[in-house]
Amino acid sequence: MTVIHVDGTQYVVDGSKNLLHTCLSLQLDLPYFCWHPALGSVGSCRLCAVKRYHNDQDCQGSIIMACMTRSIDNIFISIEDPEVKEFRRNILELLMINHPHDCPVCEEGGNCHLQDMLVMTGHYKRHYRFNKRTHYNQYLGPFISHEMNRCIVCYRCIRFYKDYAHGNDLGVYGIHNNIYFGRVKDGILENEFSGNLVEICPTGVFTDKTASKQYTRKWDLQFAPSICAHCSVGCNTSPGERYGNIVKIDNRYHGAINHYFLCDRGRFSYGYVNLLDRPRWPRALRKDHTLELNTVEIVNQTTSILRNAKKIIGIGSARASLESNFALRELVGEENFYLGMPGSEQTRLSLILKILSQSGIYSPTLREIENYDVILVLGEDLTQTSPRLALAVRQAVKNKSHPEDEWNQNEKNLAALFLTNIDSTRLDDIALWRYYASPEEQARIGYAIAYTLDTNSPKVSFPITLRDQVNLIAKTLQQAKKALIISGSNAGSDEIIKAAANIATALSNTADSEVGLILLPAEVNSIGLGLLSSNIKPLENAIEQFQNGVSDTLLIMENDLYRIFPHNIMDEVLTNISNVIVIDHQNTKTIAKANIIFSAASFAESTGTVVNYEGRAQRFFKVYEPSYYNSSFKIQESWRWLHLLKCQLTMSNIKWLNIDHVIQACIESCPKLKGIKDVCPDGQVRIHGQKIVRKSQQYSGGAAILANINVHEKPLPQDPDSMLTFSLQGTNNPFVKRQHISFAWYPGWNSPQAWNKFQNKIAGTLRHGDPGQRLIKTKKEKNFSFFESSLGCCNNNETEILRIVPYYHLFGSEEMSQRTPVIQKCMPSTYIMLNIRDANKLEVRGKNIVELSVMNMVLRLPVNVSDHLPSGLIGLPLGFPGLPLCFNGEKIDYIANIHQK
Amino acid sequence: MKKKNNFYPVAETHPLTWRMREDKQPVWIQEYCRKNGYTAAKKTLLKISADEVVNLVKQSGLKGRGGSGFPTGIKWSLMPAPEDSIKIRYFICNADEMEPGTYKDRILLENLPHLLIEGMIISAYALKATIGYIFLRGEYIIAAGNIRRAIYECREAGFLGKNIMGSGFNFQIILHTGAGRYICGEETALMNAIEGKRANPRSKPPFPANSGLWKKPTCINNVETICNIPSIMENGVSWYKGLAINHSYDMGTKLLGFSGRVKNPGIWELPLGIYAREVLENYAGDMMKGFKLKAWQPGGSSTAFLTPHHLDLPLDFTTLSKVGSRLGTGIALAVDDKINMVELLYNLEKFFSRESCGWCTPCREGLPWTVEILRTLKKGQGQEEDLKMLEKICALLEAGKCFCYLAPGAIEPLRSSLKYFQNEFEQGIVCLTN
Repeated sequence: MTVIHVDGTQYVVDGSKNLLHTCLSLQLDLPYFCWHPALGSVGSCRLCAVKRYHNDQDCQGSIIMACMTRSIDNIFISIEDPEVKEFRRNILELLMINHPHDCPVCEEGGNCHLQDMLVMTGHYKRHYRFNKRTHYNQYLGPFISHEMNRCIVCYRCIRFYKDYAHGNDLGVYGIHNNIYFGRVKDGILENEFSGNLVEICPTGVFTDKTASKQYTRKWDLQFAPSICAHCSVGCNTSPGERYGNIVKIDNRYHGAINHYFLCDRGRFSYGYVNLLDRPRWPRALRKDHTLELNTVEIVNQTTSILRNAKKIIGIGSARASLESNFALRELVGEENFYLGMPGSEQTRLSLILKILSQSGIYSPTLREIENYDVILVLGEDLTQTSPRLALAVRQAVKNKSHPEDEWNQNEKNLAALFLTNIDSTRLDDIALWRYYASPEEQARIGYAIAYTLDTNSPKVSFPITLRDQVNLIAKTLQQAKKALIISGSNAGSDEIIKAAANIATALSNTADSEVGLILLPAEVNSIGLGLLSSNIKPLENAIEQFQNGVSDTLLIMENDLYRIFPHNIMDEVLTNISNVIVIDHQNTKTIAKANIIFSAASFAESTGTVVNYEGRAQRFFKVYEPSYYNSSFKIQESWRWLHLLKCQLTMSNIKWLNIDHVIQACIESCPKLKGIKDVCPDGQVRIHGQKIVRKSQQYSGGAAILANINVHEKPLPQDPDSMLTFSLQGTNNPFVKRQHISFAWYPGWNSPQAWNKFQNKIAGTLRHGDPGQRLIKTKKEKNFSFFESSLGCCNNNETEILRIVPYYHLFGSEEMSQRTPVIQKCMPSTYIMLNIRDANKLEVRGKNIVELSVMNMVLRLPVNVSDHLPSGLIGLPLGFPGLPLCFNGEKIDYIANIHQK
Repeated sequence: MKKKNNFYPVAETHPLTWRMREDKQPVWIQEYCRKNGYTAAKKTLLKISADEVVNLVKQSGLKGRGGSGFPTGIKWSLMPAPEDSIKIRYFICNADEMEPGTYKDRILLENLPHLLIEGMIISAYALKATIGYIFLRGEYIIAAGNIRRAIYECREAGFLGKNIMGSGFNFQIILHTGAGRYICGEETALMNAIEGKRANPRSKPPFPANSGLWKKPTCINNVETICNIPSIMENGVSWYKGLAINHSYDMGTKLLGFSGRVKNPGIWELPLGIYAREVLENYAGDMMKGFKLKAWQPGGSSTAFLTPHHLDLPLDFTTLSKVGSRLGTGIALAVDDKINMVELLYNLEKFFSRESCGWCTPCREGLPWTVEILRTLKKGQGQEEDLKMLEKICALLEAGKCFCYLAPGAIEPLRSSLKYFQNEFEQGIVCLTN
């Protein structure tokens, strides 16, 4: 226990942190710049100066830097001493020497740490009367604007970009007062986490270029707590809205998951919400055009179709909320409900769920990953499929997850990372060993490691040349204090998942180490969908039913079947079905074939629950009500549409008036999901009689937004689904008991640094706990044991027939983000990846066009040549438009070089 | 090496310079050995234990000659005892001599490379370091060539490498030439530079002794300091202590010099405690005809100015710090009455502000501000509050408020000039009545 004295008050604190960290944890306002909870202290800005006294008799004292001093027991310091206040004010004056006075046109304004610190230190009068230095601003790509003249040289940007995220294309150049943070020359920032520069930079050097297109001050944005919908990690976000458009996505602090950082896909992919071609009204097909209908008409018309249907098939979606999927299942019945993913993926998902719930092996959170000391990744290209998780793995390898007081620590041992994948990955630079092979061969190595650890696990043959490596990995895993195995569905092989589970089981049987196992499903709510419905037939069965004519009506919810199946099959199937009813918020290819279209709400306009890879259920909340801006818009959650249909169909009264009713029904029908009720308080909860606000007190012109249409102020929309309000009359008090924080703001703290005020202690959990509820209790079941391998003998003979394996891209592989215009700019064009030997056999080189046929579909694609991809495999970026997911693992019919010589 | 009639370095009293040749050519290994070279190393490595060497150096009272005057023996004893797990320790020679007006190390490096290497062998032996670096200022091209040759000669002669002189001690020296930044002379920035990083200083703690080069225990000493070691080992502590003048606080000899408009500018190895007036008048031959001494800096541009009154002080680290200056590198600069202090300071501060690494705010932003103010004062366009502002900036750049000691050193001449020559600054202010 450490006691410190600050300005005459005695505090009991955690002595392991530096004084600045400690003071901020005590909610004392001590200005700072270069320090950041995740980056630690370096002592460059000299702003966090405090006065230190030798004892309680000392009146003289000396100025020290709080961030560079440990909180030692019985230390006497003063933040309020006039001399040190004057010193801090002078430092601010020095920092402002070259800073342009462009706050009114600067995009950081109102969200700026520098502004906050100016007010906090009280500097207002400028004495410097000479010229300012100026810099050249670079083009850094479509996401980030660069305005170097505003730089106050805190070095945070490169400490994040280079030291934390290991990016190597942003650096610091120059010397004395001519320090330059930028690239060697203009160009797109390469790192997957470049968007964090926007929040890391304490002022407006790096700003969000995507937000700039429809710029709005932070105080004029309406925020709601949300969950990133673009992978299965479930990072917490805060989308900001104005005039019915999402303007930007901010990081929302979650102590166990994303803490201060998001990936670029998560931060910049929101654009699909604002697309003009989204379905905003329900529509029905009339001969050659579609007709907009009102709610009553569309519901009546659909109900009559459903009544007369021979058999209805409902296809759900892993990108939709649990509630919507549940509503669909209720409407069509469990026997007619399909998960909306390829059958093979569904197999892998149930495998993952089985392991998650029965193996008794813990699935760690992102923050916990940072403390593992040996990590084995089997077959997942983490930076492209679950980027934020890859960043956590990086921190583990650096073993700098707690960089506070790094200057005062000795060297630590690094964590060991072993990787297998089909081709090189963006984590290769920190891996001790990399292995490139087909998914089956990777699984073989996995089984071999498991067998080396525990001979009860199945024995497989594996290449003798890898024996030393297998032994080394097994030994390293066994000796680790905390060992982690990461694998998942994206490699497209259930053998890999089984092998990963076997290793983890073998380790927990034989070693004393703490074992973690992460199995990543494909989409944001895959696990939730799996929990909702077990024993579901694969999607291919549904398609067969239409091909056989057993069924005639198809109800698709938030799913694009063209993403899963090839065009030729889908065109044929959908054209022959008499009724295709689609509920979606995007204008997909499937919608083009529908005769009834319901306009669903995207994540930004709806409230719902999703479950991430660890089985953590999290709630996202409606950011804005679209009909407030245009009353003709008929956008609502899929479950609302589906429930209306159900009620009309059964001629019953509407039972689900708000999301809590759906959740109650869902829990009753599926007890496994009991926990989702506790994810957040229900919509009736009030804090001192008030709801929680979505926008800050400074929100200006709210009443005038629609004045050009009508001077009468419109009644604000009500939100029956949550404890949040659309009105300004609510609470934003960080101290009251709540876990869901719409946006980080506190009096005097306008920038994202305001998260300090919402945390239990700095960089710890939120004051009242991190949101989310684990639905799966890891308990070892007795009958759970090793998976048997179905791999044959290892076969070194190269086969003549090429087989497809999936390649993933941060920008492009995920369904929703690929619809965002700014993301499309960063998507690589589709290609076919060939091993250099296979390419030579076909006599093709890079960029040449080849023709290939898969599942009777002919593709023409340019060739990329890889040194690592094993021969016998061809890589395709599955999930890109035109490359459906079901190609995974398919053998190709033929391939030919059609390059004009 | 300028010589005056009464300056003949001899082995008994001039341990640093007596081996130098009249023709200013470097002393190579044969001549060096003839002049009693490497006997100290042999004696130490074969007969004296490492801990004993540290003790002897501690007893000798040798202080760091790089400018700060930190006792060398104490610095050495701060090195942690070698553990079995961490056997790698480094010894670095700081030869990044870039202080404006200072060229004492250059003379040693160019003329007596073997003296430095012998000193490094003994020091490394005492510190149990097996790898030594010489971080040499990039512009010292002749010195680089000479050191390279000397290292080669030593390897051939078995003075470097494995099992040196049959003692079982292994040591090798790597020469690393800098790319031209003043801040590289700061010991932690120097280590960053060797590691290939930006030459920004590191925070202390951890001190280099605990976590230095590549996070391993490291000791770093100035060229002149290291060159003192062989003679201490050879002739003993009491002899070394006797070299200084009796009333001196510090022991041994020091390369002292005078530049500026003196008749005979140069460098001489002189006992510590010698009066400044004696160096100026007897060795530097007093001021040139027609020039009067106005002020002087005792040891490099980052030491505070003193007035002619201070000439009667003995030159040692302790005495000069008592009057608000520092002995520094010991190479004094004489400022005559024809030089305007503002112009001189403008020149100096321009250098320091250019060489700031840009890491901490006060130094990065404060020094260029002083340059701007001095520039306007020089032109006679200053404003009344400028002097106050200069004083305010000086107060902001004090030691402890900045990250390293570049800025506190940089403002020492400015602060002392404001104290002694305020009228010259006031002359640069535009008269409001005009």
